[in-house]
Amino acid sequence: MFKKFSHGPIERNVLLLGVLTLITVSLIEQALAAEPDILAARVSLTTRRLTLRWRGPAARGNELVAVLARLGFRVAPWSPACLRAADDAEGRALLRALGIAAFGSMNVMLVSVAVWAGGDMGDATRTLMHGLAMLIALPVVLAAGLPFYRSAWAALRAGRLNMDMAVSLGVLATTAMSVSETLRGGAFTWFDGATTLLALLLAGRVLNHGGRRRARQASAQLLALQQGSATRLNPDGSSQTLPLEAFLPGQRILVAAGEALHLDAVLEDATALLDTATITGESLPRPYTQGDTLPAGATNMGAPFVAQVSATLAEGSLAAMARLLEQAEQSRSRITTLADRAAAIYIPAAHAIAVATFLGWWLLGGETWQAALVPAVAALIITCPCGLAIAVPAVQVVAAGALFRQGVLLARPDALERLASADHVVLDKTGTLTQGRPTLLPGPHPEAALRQAAGLAAASRHPLARALHRACPDATLADGVREFPGQGLQAPGMRLGSAQFLGLDQQDDGMALWFTAPGHPPLCFRFTDALRADAPAAIAALQAQGLSLEILSGDAPPAVAAVAATLGLEHFTGGVTPQGKAARLQALAATGHHPLMIGDGSNDAAALAMAHVSACPAGSTELAQSAADILLTAEGLAPIPAAIATARRAQRIARQNIALSLAYNALAVPLAVAGLVTPLLAAAVMASSSLIVILNALRAGRPAWTR
Amino acid sequence: MDALILLIPIALFLGLLGLAGFLWALRAGQYDDLDGAAARILFDDTPPRKAP
Repeated sequence: MFKKFSHGPIERNVLLLGVLTLITVSLIEQALAAEPDILAARVSLTTRRLTLRWRGPAARGNELVAVLARLGFRVAPWSPACLRAADDAEGRALLRALGIAAFGSMNVMLVSVAVWAGGDMGDATRTLMHGLAMLIALPVVLAAGLPFYRSAWAALRAGRLNMDMAVSLGVLATTAMSVSETLRGGAFTWFDGATTLLALLLAGRVLNHGGRRRARQASAQLLALQQGSATRLNPDGSSQTLPLEAFLPGQRILVAAGEALHLDAVLEDATALLDTATITGESLPRPYTQGDTLPAGATNMGAPFVAQVSATLAEGSLAAMARLLEQAEQSRSRITTLADRAAAIYIPAAHAIAVATFLGWWLLGGETWQAALVPAVAALIITCPCGLAIAVPAVQVVAAGALFRQGVLLARPDALERLASADHVVLDKTGTLTQGRPTLLPGPHPEAALRQAAGLAAASRHPLARALHRACPDATLADGVREFPGQGLQAPGMRLGSAQFLGLDQQDDGMALWFTAPGHPPLCFRFTDALRADAPAAIAALQAQGLSLEILSGDAPPAVAAVAATLGLEHFTGGVTPQGKAARLQALAATGHHPLMIGDGSNDAAALAMAHVSACPAGSTELAQSAADILLTAEGLAPIPAAIATARRAQRIARQNIALSLAYNALAVPLAVAGLVTPLLAAAVMASSSLIVILNALRAGRPAWTR
Repeated sequence: MDALILLIPIALFLGLLGLAGFLWALRAGQYDDLDGAAARILFDDTPPRKAP
């Protein structure tokens, strides 16, 4: 498609970070299309990939990225890991197989239904029909079954059993026997069963794959986060933008205002003001002085500063966090799912029955081995784990869909099962229980003064100034405002900032701004990091569900105690490091608890990954989002208890489904062993058991009041 | 009986046509960004693209 342009224009892929929605995608594409030399700019919403094609020098790419930055989007290079995650060869292969199997099953049915219905059909016509069905079914079974054969072969070589083994054996044996029956001119063939089974199972596989793909992409994006660039100051005074991997300890970097610091560094300038909310959970930006160690991942809220790199990217704290995440992922993948446990018992039993049927008819029943094969294969088809293979995925798809409409996104396919078994909740404070941003407390401040102060505050990025401006959003920006980073703002005749900055002798706990203007005495605006409006209700609902709760926060203990007291929670810990949080989760797991961790910051990421199951509220950091199993897309915490209720219900229905499909088999297997099952009966049993299981699964998505 | 000789090949041919169409769409990348495809119908028209 792009070959025509292979000479002049340049094509580049980048990964878009931040929240991508319908509106932002359209905004990005239109802004880039407005650039004169752009030939194409297209965003893939699924993979977050932006493909740019332009005419002219390659360096133009940096300017195009600057256009994105003005829109508030950061980009990362399209790394090989992203490419692997996005290049969904497996998904396409599954989809292709599903297309082929669906085509095959429908066209084989066309013939089979005629045979079923045509009781008065002549032998010659019937054999012709069977031959036709064979002609369609053989290539279809060979092509569409490939994903199962491959997986079964891989498992066999590793000496394990999986569901795909049962599927492959059932489908291949059925096809082989049907071919032999067709050639012998027999009355029954089973091509319809084999192709329909493949189509049904592939449909489940395609749905499942979508969930796993999303999880894989999240981890690739985490890697991409670490890739980026920073500005290096060379000894000769020149500066240079380089990829982060190129930085060595001892080199000096320049961090612009508003830029994120991606490397661990030591401050060289006199002061700096950094927002570390995502790393430590502190609600206010923290001032640093010369010689302080600056944490990677913080954002510069003050003036540009110079710092000295103290560790390479691979040895830095962000990389350590990523390694911790990886370890946690690995330890968690050992949890076996309900479907796995069912398969481990079911497959050997099913195969043993088929083999016993064959031997019984052949050796004891005195049949020829061809005739003995018919009931054995019938038993294989009846026990083919169709209902079982659909039983759990169908419930998960329905429940995930229902949760999605409530604003809960399951990022990992087995999150639902783990959520259902959670028995303890660990909550972060800043940004999770609270809104994570200060709001102005009502006080005796005159409207006019508030408007004046908000006009000053409009010039600053400091969280308190922004909160003040939010309280009076229509205030116009005052003239001649100067910002003194970490201290306050000044305009002719007016000052807004800390008590110290204004020269006042007042107590200051950090959550207050003072304002002086001609004509009235100094005024104090107090702020608080308010609780989310639905936090108390959500906590009560969680307690009613029988879960114990605790708060684990990186913020100062008094602030944590205040929140715990408001919510009536007895267990809380403040001043916890990211490692401390992870250790607490590990300790909980070691004592047999199944903790649900809820957090939003990068400092929670390790704990989120370590937890039995984890969730992060809307507006969480990217690191937390990629570590958590469940992402809330709606504001507030209310979806959490609702999600737990849905998960528990879904788990109950999944168990029912497994029991139902096993009961079905228990009824049908004796008939098959006795040689009484015809293809029509097998198809009816298979379809009705799948249907019952799917209908039962639909209950998982119904709202509570209809139950 | 004669009708079958004609109808079955026609039915199979139409089915194969559908399958070929699906395989072409898959190869052309139309299934690569399902989220985006669902959203794009709501976009405003982009200004006409200049010829390369």
